Amino acid sequence: MIRTWPRAIAVLGILLALAAGCGKRSENNPAAKGKNIRVEGSDTMVNLAQAWAEKYHKAHPDVSVQVLGGGTGVGIASLIDGNCDMANTSRSMKETEIKRAKANRGADPKEIIVGFDALAIYVHKDNPLDSITIEQLAEIYGEGGKTTKWGDLGVKDPKWAGQPITRVSRQSSSGTYTYFREVILGPGRDYKLGSIDQSGSKDVVALVSKTPSAIGYSGMGYHTDAVKTLKVTKKTGEPAVEPTVETARDKSYPITRPLQIYVIGEPAGTLQEYLAWILSPKGQKVVLDLGYVPIKPHE
Amino acid sequence: MSNGSGNAVRKPRARYIANAMRAFGDRAEPLVEWTIRLCGWSAILFVFSIFFFIFREAAPIFGELNWLEFFTSTQWQPSSEVHPRYGILALLVGTVSVTTLAMLVAVPLGLGAAVFISEFCTGKLKESLKILIELLAAIPSIVWGFIGYMVLGPIIIKLTGAPVGVNLLNGGLILGLMSVPIIVSVGEDALKAVPDSFREAAVSLGASRWEVVYRVLFPAAKNGLLAAVLLGVGRAIGETMAVLMCTGHAVQIPHSLLDPVRTLTATIASELGESAAGDPHYRVLFVIGLVLFAITFAVNVIADLIVKGVRNEQSR
Repeated sequence: MIRTWPRAIAVLGILLALAAGCGKRSENNPAAKGKNIRVEGSDTMVNLAQAWAEKYHKAHPDVSVQVLGGGTGVGIASLIDGNCDMANTSRSMKETEIKRAKANRGADPKEIIVGFDALAIYVHKDNPLDSITIEQLAEIYGEGGKTTKWGDLGVKDPKWAGQPITRVSRQSSSGTYTYFREVILGPGRDYKLGSIDQSGSKDVVALVSKTPSAIGYSGMGYHTDAVKTLKVTKKTGEPAVEPTVETARDKSYPITRPLQIYVIGEPAGTLQEYLAWILSPKGQKVVLDLGYVPIKPHE
Repeated sequence: MSNGSGNAVRKPRARYIANAMRAFGDRAEPLVEWTIRLCGWSAILFVFSIFFFIFREAAPIFGELNWLEFFTSTQWQPSSEVHPRYGILALLVGTVSVTTLAMLVAVPLGLGAAVFISEFCTGKLKESLKILIELLAAIPSIVWGFIGYMVLGPIIIKLTGAPVGVNLLNGGLILGLMSVPIIVSVGEDALKAVPDSFREAAVSLGASRWEVVYRVLFPAAKNGLLAAVLLGVGRAIGETMAVLMCTGHAVQIPHSLLDPVRTLTATIASELGESAAGDPHYRVLFVIGLVLFAITFAVNVIADLIVKGVRNEQSR
């Protein structure tokens, strides 16, 4: 009796897989295809994109929007290969990527800014540090950087001063990874190896909340009560700024970046309607609700 | 009389059916034989086509790749805009150290459990243990990863005072526990295959239970037990999702059990999606695939040689 169980389960599994496969095929019939939007890309924006998709589907039940994460690099690669209709990105496309997209899809990719995000610097909630400068961040994360202990950042508390700084970073397909490298480390400087590379924005915050000695960067929308957000200054001596919707919009918070959507050529039909809705007050309210910054104030 | 005539009608029909079935069976036999043969060949076909595919994707970079740097440098900076570097030493050390640690956990636990189930328990306990261990094998690796990340990590920080909970120790423990079920079930089968006459002979000579296991069963089941351990090693080397979550995924040579590491498999998993097809980065990831292929191949060949050696020794 016991021996036959696994076989029965396997058969059941195969049947289920077949059923699921059939279901998928019928979904993809040509009649429904025009109403289907495939979105892929930035992990920073995946929550936002899902919220948009749900809200829009409620208002327009005939349109279904499928959202996948994976990272900005994955989204762009997928857009180039024609596997998705729009790519969410937290950085601009590179020259080479634009060229490849044109060669592959026959039209230039079009960039649409749909909101802003402040990149927050997270530490464990018990960490005594309050603010940090961009230079200090570069010395922590950059190749050849000398800052390795919390004491190096001016933390006097003897319990903390000797503790090594555990760098939490992102996997290299992430737009956040590329953006942070460009803005914080500066052009031409690489990350110091040995950081703990997480595959999602949420994972960074989760790991920092479980690791007292950690520091990490992630979108400010991912803040939880288990972590603390550091104020950031451009240079020592300048006032430290907390990441908020206001400071991000007036650019006084130094690590603010646009959230972008790329499509191929001029969008038309369902895709165009969806993009217009995203930029409308209704779509922009979702941006604000999820802790990001809408493109225009007071919406 | 009416009965007799009924039989007379039925008999030719029954014979007809039997004949038809036999004819069908004669024709179906080669069909079944060929289907089965095809199944066997398909395994060979799959292995070769997988190898061919990986090789084809990796081959264009063979000429450009600095092989010395590839194997001896710890600098893994594939997405650098100024100076991409492809050194896999740290990743190799990561894979080897996590696998070694996992085996240190899994081999004693797994073989111990196999001996216990096969030799020391009977009836209901034996059956329920076997079901439980099969259940353990059915836990998806992402769940193991989650346990390591959310549960074991904080415990490691609390107990050892390590700065991070996701590290070599965490990955090794989780991977070890994941390999245990395979080692137990294959090991138990190997012990079961030893004829009872061996045990009876040993006991009649006055051997204790421990001596029976250590002096008689282990040598007799050597091949099977070795196969169990190597299957465990294979599982540990190839595992991806759980190690991606539990090891910390940091490119560095570990100096202690509490340092985060990164493995070859996890690197491929996290980076292949982003790299555009045809990029040097993409090709190097396939070269890493070849390296993994070579490692598992070497493990299998060594196992084969050992098993053959053991067999020769026994026959002498």
